[in-house]
Amino acid sequence: MIDFILVADLTRLWYAIPLVVSVSLVYAATHHEKISVILRRAVRTAVWISGFMLIAFFVLYFIQNAVG
Amino acid sequence: MTDSSNDNLPNQEIDLKDPRLAAFLALLWPGLGHIYQHRYTKGLLFMVCILGLFAFGWNLGGQRVVYASWRDGDRRWHYFCQVWVGLPAWPAMLQALDKGLFSKEFMRQPSLTQSFTAKHDREHDQPTELDLWQLRHHSRYEMGTIFTMVAGLLNLLVIFDAAAGPVGSTRSDNGNLQRSLSDTSG
Repeated sequence: MIDFILVADLTRLWYAIPLVVSVSLVYAATHHEKISVILRRAVRTAVWISGFMLIAFFVLYFIQNAVG
Repeated sequence: MTDSSNDNLPNQEIDLKDPRLAAFLALLWPGLGHIYQHRYTKGLLFMVCILGLFAFGWNLGGQRVVYASWRDGDRRWHYFCQVWVGLPAWPAMLQALDKGLFSKEFMRQPSLTQSFTAKHDREHDQPTELDLWQLRHHSRYEMGTIFTMVAGLLNLLVIFDAAAGPVGSTRSDNGNLQRSLSDTSG
């Protein structure tokens, strides 16, 4: 049951893609001027954000299971 | 704030033209300040990212997430973040002042009077129009609000970039900004 809920919630993560892409690109573009550097930095920022979200997700999931 | 490792590398000069005008244009429309400065690629990038995020969030929340209100029971503080997107978000201010320049539905405030339906017989159970908007769109209403807020906050960075150049740039002898082409810092 919990796994079913998890999968249903995971579909909402698709909504994060435009947010992560936009934030990464704009943040990189306000720190650099050359487009190739901007794109490279944006990818790195996007990986950082996604990784942080993933860690937060698993921490919250662990807490939920531990409490529940 | 340049890296010492960049000292031997060539620099790219950035002509900010009139920084105040550029910042004002960036405030009016994301990316417009950069286009005025002939930084076309960045201007287009900002325009697509910020306006795209704003439009996506606006549609996600049923085109109801951007409105200005400071009434009892509806302190829409989110608008203070959304307003920095510029012209696309400013009609909400005019709607709040009831200037009648736009259609009645566009970026209007929700009614806070309780609607009476057959399902709810007691007055204190009646949902307001704001409740109904949130019920209808579920979590998408909150996500749409956040997306439009983030779009506004990102444009603050863009306005700063138009006024002062990218973070880490230095001013050369002729007054233009310089940015190391290696860009290993940041």
